[in-house]
Amino acid sequence: MSNEYSPVLRESATFDRLTIQEIQRAAETGIYDIRGGGTKRKVPHFDDLLLLGASMSRYPLEGYREKCGTDVVLGTRFAKKPIHLKIPVTIAGMSFGALSAQAKEALGRGASIAGTSTTTGDGGMTPEERGQSQHLVYQYLPSRYGMNPDDLRKADAIEIVLGQGAKPGGGGMLLGMKVTERVAGMRTLPVGVDQRSACRHPDWTGPDDLAIKIAEIREITDWEKPIYVKIGASRPYYDVKLAVKAGADVIVLDGMQGGTAATQEVFIEHVGIPILSAIPQAVQALQEMDMHRKVQLIVSGGIRTGADVAKAMAMGADAVAIGTAALIALGDNHPRLDDELKKIGSAAGFYDDWQNGRDPAGITTQDPELSKRLDPVEGGRRLANYLRVLVLEAQTMARACGKSHLHNLDPEDLVALTVESAAMARVPLAGTRWVPGQGF
Amino acid sequence: MKTINLTESTVRDLNQALHDQARDLREREWLVTHPDGKHNLAVGINEALSIDIQGHAGYYCAGMNQKASVTVHGNVGVGVAENMMSGMVRVKGSASQSAGATAHGGLLVIEGDAGARCGISMKGVDIVVGGSIGHMSCFMAQAGRLVVCGDAGDALGDSLYETRIYVKGSVKSLGSDCIEKEMRAEHLEELAELLNRAGFDEDPASFKRYGSARQLYNFKVDNASAY
Ligand SMILES: Cc1cc2nc3c(=O)[nH]c(=O)nc-3n(C[C@H](O)[C@H](O)[C@H](O)COP(=O)(O)O)c2cc1C
Repeated sequence: MSNEYSPVLRESATFDRLTIQEIQRAAETGIYDIRGGGTKRKVPHFDDLLLLGASMSRYPLEGYREKCGTDVVLGTRFAKKPIHLKIPVTIAGMSFGALSAQAKEALGRGASIAGTSTTTGDGGMTPEERGQSQHLVYQYLPSRYGMNPDDLRKADAIEIVLGQGAKPGGGGMLLGMKVTERVAGMRTLPVGVDQRSACRHPDWTGPDDLAIKIAEIREITDWEKPIYVKIGASRPYYDVKLAVKAGADVIVLDGMQGGTAATQEVFIEHVGIPILSAIPQAVQALQEMDMHRKVQLIVSGGIRTGADVAKAMAMGADAVAIGTAALIALGDNHPRLDDELKKIGSAAGFYDDWQNGRDPAGITTQDPELSKRLDPVEGGRRLANYLRVLVLEAQTMARACGKSHLHNLDPEDLVALTVESAAMARVPLAGTRWVPGQGF
Repeated sequence: MKTINLTESTVRDLNQALHDQARDLREREWLVTHPDGKHNLAVGINEALSIDIQGHAGYYCAGMNQKASVTVHGNVGVGVAENMMSGMVRVKGSASQSAGATAHGGLLVIEGDAGARCGISMKGVDIVVGGSIGHMSCFMAQAGRLVVCGDAGDALGDSLYETRIYVKGSVKSLGSDCIEKEMRAEHLEELAELLNRAGFDEDPASFKRYGSARQLYNFKVDNASAY
């Protein structure tokens, strides 16, 4: 119907404008769309949960007077030197290559000020981030780019990456414009290649092999360092059980909303499960093995606020990790960049072309001129501020629930706003005692 | 020479004793007896030691080796010398899958055969195999050289970057983007040197060279079927 007869044009729900545009783009270029960031569509999330503040049956703690602890110890199961963090919000693994050296340094600085850890990524450890990070987790990925025993010994913990929430089952990619001489040198690749990294580890398959691999890394590092296993959420109940059986000290569970530097749009939007639905499965697996709180659980994928932190911990996580939010804190998508973002076909608040290296914020780029725009000291300060706010917010909510430590939050402090989130988070629908799937 | 008998000592004792040498060198020559296929033997060494393992080893033998020279007088399991940085590992028998996986440097010699994925994602190591190798060898191999005196299995050098491959016998099939290349004088020379270092008496002229066609380095729509 055209507006010759009616003032309102009807958009198809099936073929909406974005869908039409994507078909047109595909027909034009013959290649799938690649972008950064996480899932853009709405999926059940922490916003669908509420915390039950105390009143008569429980009493709250005094907001400004009574202590609410925030520290967390990771790697208590086997490591001789577990990591003791002041706050339960860690910085997730993001590669040098995906991010500029300045951004990596800023993440290290911010994390160190806040008393938490940061993590390397698919591209090895840079001296900038090691130097500035009080606690640095070294990722052990299928590609093994830049992997070496000296850095392994320099790390405070080692994270064996099986997958990422944005793309469980997929390998990484770094497009040619970001494979500069330094990035290529660290990865032993020709400059400018569209680097694809493997999705499976080259020297082990399956949980029995993983147990031997974990033992090898422990042997190399003399059993000092905690060994994390990072899983992209798809079948977390089984994956967590197998990772614990294989000897992990810490499980990192990343939900489908988790960010990425570069992945096919179709993968980001359609593979994996929301973190809300993954946490209860992981906690159940740990509890059944009598390993909850003995093997620590770090969750990630769309953590933005102190409310998200408090809710994730109430569901049973020991800590959370942030990627996208940390980049935003550094200055990604800042309104002052709007004009420049418009020139490259985006706008502040929408920019997700983190794959193509033209980030005017100097964060997701290897361009020396753009990278220089990010001052690592100022970036670190902004990140530390943001981390402080996350923790203050989480503490505020925990005190209101009567908890003297964030770890004392539990599922009984939660209700759900929707039937879906009640079923996924396994907490009652608000105002009822109904947990879908568990009867009345 | 120091002897460690693995019926009396644990793998942990062995590795700790070897690591301690990097801090305080007391003994260069080591003999490991009764390995009995144990995993993770002599991993993470960071000193120019010489280690003889008298028997078969399990997974990841000499993993991440730096500077040391390790000889296994038997067969080895998955991932021998994985991620080696420097030094030398010699296997008198045969090796299972993923021999020399992701290794950055040094020389790995396998006198017998090697299983699937030999040299997978290798990043600068040199690997010389006296016998044959299994399928998917040199998958995504980035740098270094692989020499095979026997035959190679299916999909050799799939998605290869800059590793150079020399095979004397037959190649069952080449993987995506791997092609036979001309053997020029400099290649005969480097091959002769590798065979010599590995201690194999073979004629370099009887080998063929394989490498990357470099067609998959940058994504092109026309190559979609090769991915
Ligand atoms: C720019 C960028 C680069 C990333 N690089 C890696 C990586 O190298 N290895 C990895 O395991 N995860 C990587 N991730 C995923 C993060 O570790 C983390 O799982 C995710 O960002 C968490 O979700 P959030 O972004 O919603 O906080 C990356 C994410 C981003 C945004």
